[in-house]
Amino acid sequence: MKQKFKRPESLIDVPFHFCPGCHHGIIHRIVAEAIDEFGLRERSIGVASVGCSVFMYDYFDVDVLEAPHGRAPAVATGVKRARPESFVFTYQGDGDLAAIGTSEIIHAANRGERLSVIFVNNTTYGMTGGQMAPTTLPGQTTTTTPYGRDTYVAGFPIRMTEIMAQLAGVSYAARVSVHNPKALMKTKKAVRKAFESQIRDRGLGFVEVLSACPTNWKMKPLEAARHVEEVMAPSFPLGEYKDDLQTSGT
Amino acid sequence: MSDRKLVNGNEAIAMGAIDAGCRFYFGYPITPQNQIPEYMAAHLPEVGGVFLQAESEIASINMLLGAGATGVRAMTSSSSPGISLKQEGISYMAGSEIPGVIVNMSRSGPGLGGIAPSQGDYFQATRGGGHGDYRTLVLAPHSVQENYDLTIRAFDLADRYRNPVVVLGDAILGQIKEPVILRPPDRAKETRKDWILTGCAGRKPRLLKSLYLTDGELTEHNWRLYRKYQEMRREVLYETVGTEDAEMIVVAFGSVGRIVKTSLEMARESGLRIGLLRPVSLFPFPTEALQQAAERVKRFLVMELNTGQMVEDVKLSVAHMAQVDFYGRPPGSIPTPDELFKEIQSAFERMS
Repeated sequence: MKQKFKRPESLIDVPFHFCPGCHHGIIHRIVAEAIDEFGLRERSIGVASVGCSVFMYDYFDVDVLEAPHGRAPAVATGVKRARPESFVFTYQGDGDLAAIGTSEIIHAANRGERLSVIFVNNTTYGMTGGQMAPTTLPGQTTTTTPYGRDTYVAGFPIRMTEIMAQLAGVSYAARVSVHNPKALMKTKKAVRKAFESQIRDRGLGFVEVLSACPTNWKMKPLEAARHVEEVMAPSFPLGEYKDDLQTSGT
Repeated sequence: MSDRKLVNGNEAIAMGAIDAGCRFYFGYPITPQNQIPEYMAAHLPEVGGVFLQAESEIASINMLLGAGATGVRAMTSSSSPGISLKQEGISYMAGSEIPGVIVNMSRSGPGLGGIAPSQGDYFQATRGGGHGDYRTLVLAPHSVQENYDLTIRAFDLADRYRNPVVVLGDAILGQIKEPVILRPPDRAKETRKDWILTGCAGRKPRLLKSLYLTDGELTEHNWRLYRKYQEMRREVLYETVGTEDAEMIVVAFGSVGRIVKTSLEMARESGLRIGLLRPVSLFPFPTEALQQAAERVKRFLVMELNTGQMVEDVKLSVAHMAQVDFYGRPPGSIPTPDELFKEIQSAFERMS
């Protein structure tokens, strides 16, 4: 009998610690599947960031380096420049990548570093208890916007994928989600393309994944998944914003 | 084979790095150390290396962290305000035990300060500088030759202890031009690295991190680091001049140590027997050498281009054995040997 479904080899066989309904586990699995499919496990170096995502080293069965908050793209640059034969990816949340680490991601992208960046956007600082993130939606209540995010005071949600698509060093940029199986398949495709950007030496590959944080949103898992589709996605339009992989080149 | 060249202090550092096998440089422009990145940009490609001008000091130190984690020899350089920005990364490197060389051709502060030479970064360099209970090895050259030699040594120490190493110079040491004898080391003796990240082919995956949340783990990690810092004591380096018959010993490091050497000659000419103990490693600090000297000599004068930093370490070493006086000056001008001689004379009289 042919085996159709199994745990990816690049994922360690332990239960995830993430909260019920959190999408990190699903995104981890998709990334691990892509690592397996391209046969990259033995030359992968993952760069962990700060936030809920830091624990990727408990789940990915690959070499992992922990970066200071927001600095994963700079750390990954050092790794990739020193070992260009490695496959290097970062896994970062929205506080990490879009607030404290904005400079690092923009410049790594603009240099066209051969990196694959997985950016998990759940509009909040999950690990520290649900504070306002740069991606928090207008009116959204968080522990530091108890009256809702007032854009006059706290500005607007930052749309990173649109920014990344502007940069010449980026060869692939997409925003996806995992709120239902169809969305999940698109995410898988996007992650594969972000990997290909690096494998084919084209530039930086960037995937933003809209993700649920039921605990801090104070929602049930299903409600949170619906929130991704109905509330988040209209503010963060899904789709491929840049795909240079189809054009000529190696 | 050795080779003699006339170069400035910053170039000597870059040459030492390349001769030590450094093939990766990450940096950001700041005066007075720009000849280091400029030299690296010109010469690293010749040896198959990578020069990368980063978008910030923060990015450069994190690139160093990433490169160091893969086992290659890599460095960054900057000057005081830039070194402040790098402290976060240095703390993570110490916590994750990732080697790397950080050169601080220091200028003056606080804040933007100025580009005049200063030794105001002594505390920052020797106390760790960033958050957490850690230490970096600190080497303080006083000549162009030492800039070259100690940079090579810095790479060896970084690998030996899996720790960041700081080379602390200043604007004087970066800009002076002197002949330097180039003596590339035998790289065959280099430390084996069984912890580096290269992808997990044929072995179990490796992890380099500084986060420890399980009960007791961080306590043990800190104790282990502490034991490592204790082991570093065997790397103490210092120079003595005329201490055998001295009635007073001047303690000075880096460029001040260099100037004091001339002041000592003036002292000898005027019949004063003054010695110099020049710490070359600032961490580890030559505490025992000072204590041995204090068995006999009861007068110490610490001279620094700041308002009193290393003097604390000298006092911790010998305050219970001898008198410790201090002469310091804030940044603004370079003291002449004559000026320092006069200060030595008056301190000698004060402590008589």
